[in-house]
Amino acid sequence: MRHLMNPLDLTVEEIDGILDLANDIEANPSKYSHKCDGLKIATLFYEPSTRTRLSFEAAMINLGGQVLGFSSAASSSATKGESVADTIRMISCYADICAIRHPKEGAAYVASTKSSIPVINAGDGGHQHPTQTLTDLLTIRSLKGHLDNLTVGFCGDLKFGRTVHSLIHAMIRYPNVRFVLISPEELRVPSYIREDVLAKNNVPYKEVVRLEDALPELDLLYMTRVQKERFFNEEDYVRMKDFYILDKEKMKLAGQDMLVLHPLPRVNEIAVEVDDDPRAAYFKQVQYGVYARMALILTLLKWRDQ
Amino acid sequence: MLNVGQLHEGFVLDHIEAGKCMTIYHYLKLDELDCTVAIIKNATSNKMGKKDIIKVECPIDMLNIDILGFIDHNITVNIIKNGEIVEKRELTLPKKIVNILKCKNPRCITSIEQGLDQIFTLTDPEKEVYRCKYCEQKYKEL
Repeated sequence: MRHLMNPLDLTVEEIDGILDLANDIEANPSKYSHKCDGLKIATLFYEPSTRTRLSFEAAMINLGGQVLGFSSAASSSATKGESVADTIRMISCYADICAIRHPKEGAAYVASTKSSIPVINAGDGGHQHPTQTLTDLLTIRSLKGHLDNLTVGFCGDLKFGRTVHSLIHAMIRYPNVRFVLISPEELRVPSYIREDVLAKNNVPYKEVVRLEDALPELDLLYMTRVQKERFFNEEDYVRMKDFYILDKEKMKLAGQDMLVLHPLPRVNEIAVEVDDDPRAAYFKQVQYGVYARMALILTLLKWRDQ
Repeated sequence: MLNVGQLHEGFVLDHIEAGKCMTIYHYLKLDELDCTVAIIKNATSNKMGKKDIIKVECPIDMLNIDILGFIDHNITVNIIKNGEIVEKRELTLPKKIVNILKCKNPRCITSIEQGLDQIFTLTDPEKEVYRCKYCEQKYKEL
C-alpha cells in the first residue's frame, strides 16, 4: 500500500502515468464513472478549505464512489482532544481511502504511519500539498505541452506557500528548468528548499524582489496569496498582504505565451481584470485539479490492491 | 592536575570542548544512572588549551553514545576494562536521532500530538544538517 505525502513519493514515471490517466479521464469521463462504485473516500479537513475538499469529493463522486468526513476541526473529535493517530485508526474502519488536511506540518505523515488505508496529504500547514502539485503539473503539461525547458517564476509568499515548495520539489526532476523566486525578504523560500533542493541538485535559480523585473523572462508565473492563517502576528500580515498585485499593466511586460497559475483562493494579488487575459490559466487549473485527483485516487486504490 | 580515581570498567569521554560537559551530561541522561560519574571541567590540554572530561563507571552499552557524534565528533571515547583502555571508539554522525532533540517549529505536529517520537534525520552529512522527520525543519542550536 502506498500513501502520498510529498510529490517526491512518486517517481517521474509514476507522475507521468497519473497525468496520462488524468488526460484520458478528461477525454473520456464516462469510461471512469463507475470505477469506484461501492468505495468511499474520507475527507478529514482540520482547517477550512473550499477547493481542495470539494475537488476530492467531486473526484470521488465522478468515479461513482461516495464521500464522508468533516470540514473543520470544530466538527471533529479533535475538539475533544483526539489525536490524529487515533482518528485515522478509526477512519480506516469506515473508508477505503482518505485525504487529510491539517494545520500542523507532518500531520498527514503521522496519519500514514497508523493507517490501514491509503492516505493522501491534502495540505499540512506550510509544508507540502502534493495534490496541488499534481494539479499544477497536469495544467502545465496540458497547456504548455511539456514540463522541461521552462523558466518558472514563483511570486508572493514563498515562505509559507506549501504549493510552491511542493511544485519546486517536483519540477527540479525535469531537465532544464530554472526558477525565479519573487518575494519580499521576509517571505523568502525556506532555507531547506534553497540548500537541500535547489543548490544540492544544481538547479539554477535567482531571487528577486520586484515582479516587474522577472516578468519578461518567464514561461510561467505562479502567483500565491499571502496567507493570513500562517502568521502569528497580524501586523506582519497587514504589512505583507499587498506587496504584489498582478494587473493588466504588468501583464504587458510578460511574453505572449506566459501562463499565469494560482492555487486559489485569490484575494487581491491578481486583479480581476487579468481574468479575461488568455494567459490566465488559474480557473482551468481548478478543472485539472479534479482530473488529477480522480487519477490519483484510482492509482492509489490500484496499488492498494496489488 | 586533579587526580580522580581510576576506572575499573567504564568509559572516559575526553577532549570535550571546555564548558560542554554538562550539555553532554544531560543528553546522555547521566543523571539517571546509579553509578559513579566524574565530571572534570577546564582540565589543561596541550591540544585544546582547556577541555572537559567525563568518566563514567558503567558498561558503555548501557548508554546511547550516538548523540555524541551530533554534539561534537572530536570527542574521544575511551572504553576501559580491568583498568585498561581496550578500545578508542570513533564517533560518527548518527543517521537518526530519536527522542533526544525536540522540534522547535511551533507549526510541527509534534507540538500538539501526544505520544509521538521526536525523530530527526541526517539530511546533509557534509554540513551536518538534521531535519525533523515530520515538518523537515532544520534543527538549530544545541
